[in-house]
Amino acid sequence: MTRNLVTLLISFVAYVLAQAFFKNLILFNTGFCFLYVAFVLLMPIETGNLFLMLAGFAIGFAVDVFYNSLGLHAICMVLIAYIRNYWLSIITPQGGYDPGAMPNLPSQGVQWFLVYTMPLVFIHHLILFLVESTGTLFWYSMLKTINSLLFTITMMVILQYLLPQRSRA
Amino acid sequence: MERLFNFLYEYRAFFTFLLLEFLCAWLLIVNNQYQNTKYFNTSNSVVASINSTEEAIRSYFSLRDVNAVLSKENSTLRNQLEQRNQMLYSYKLNQTDSTLRKQYVYVNSKVVNNTTKYYKNYITIDRGADSGIEPGMAVISEAGVVGKVKTVSEHYAVVISLLNIDEQVSCVLKRTGHFGTVQWEGTSSSLTSLKYIPRHVRPMVGDSIVTSEYNAIFPPGIFIGKIKEYNLRSEAPFYEIKVELGQDFGKLSFVEVVKNQLKKEKEALERSTFGESR
Repeated sequence: MTRNLVTLLISFVAYVLAQAFFKNLILFNTGFCFLYVAFVLLMPIETGNLFLMLAGFAIGFAVDVFYNSLGLHAICMVLIAYIRNYWLSIITPQGGYDPGAMPNLPSQGVQWFLVYTMPLVFIHHLILFLVESTGTLFWYSMLKTINSLLFTITMMVILQYLLPQRSRA
Repeated sequence: MERLFNFLYEYRAFFTFLLLEFLCAWLLIVNNQYQNTKYFNTSNSVVASINSTEEAIRSYFSLRDVNAVLSKENSTLRNQLEQRNQMLYSYKLNQTDSTLRKQYVYVNSKVVNNTTKYYKNYITIDRGADSGIEPGMAVISEAGVVGKVKTVSEHYAVVISLLNIDEQVSCVLKRTGHFGTVQWEGTSSSLTSLKYIPRHVRPMVGDSIVTSEYNAIFPPGIFIGKIKEYNLRSEAPFYEIKVELGQDFGKLSFVEVVKNQLKKEKEALERSTFGESR
């Protein structure tokens, strides 16, 4: 348990620092990389809703400090963390998840991983851009959302191939 | 009572969700109001030191461009100074006079963090309260208006960029003298829009837009940009004007913060005339 907590803290710091350096890494003016979403998405399947939301709030807040946008990333992360477990139970494969399984690429496969991450990351980005523009600029926000979605998901998949992933918690 | 607690406990995840979302929404609102949050932004010393490390690495790659711009500005200023001196000499005004007030004082500073692609862009600079910088001061560069100071810490300050959909700057069409407001539309980082220019004005492509004299923050006559295109719809009361910004925000590396020495006096006078409620 303590070992898990330590790795969690290290990955928290790593995600926040990486996100701070991704601040100006923008493709075609509209593709942003919000890799830190993976921090909540890649937690073990059995993690409780409450813990997920607190973790989402913490990392969202930390990223906000670097982005001068207090509350913006946190509001999206709390939403994602809340709906993550419901989405996981909707897309349960036949026979259910193995006990202690991780929702990551090596343990569940590429197809499942894309089905799992795409809608959540899409909602996160859409809410993020809409809240930032306070509801104006809908179509431009949509363009930003789709480009950022592709960028973020690509980075997430690459990251899983680069770093060794545990398939069990 | 027990049933109430049972109910709350059963839906604890949902209530925590609501609580956290309300907390975030409150933070968002507080942060969007001017000059509010003090600690949780990039003027925080830890965050700013991480950013300046990154900037120190990044700045090596733009040194050549920065040098070229600075030396060009140097020569322009030298020429202007020389002309001014000759002018003063010909009017026999070249003695220094201590009664002449210096209304604006410029503090140069380096950009340590800058974004241009978000809807609300901010710039972090490496001068703070210890250099006499206060929230609300104007920030300009040699190529035009940059923004205004939002928050300051001991050694750093966060500036609201002109590329921020909330930022409005009072400006004037230099050729005709009509007042308008410049506000960014959130899309292209080289264009901004000029609003409230009435129908009877005849703008032209290439007209200069400068800050107005009614501006409480910027000194009058600071360049903002040039009209790139304009459009007048048949029913609209105002023109839709696109302005090409003078400053390329993607290349921003040195800026100047403008201290208005007479601002307090002006505000005190206005307050005593109009009262607090203005």
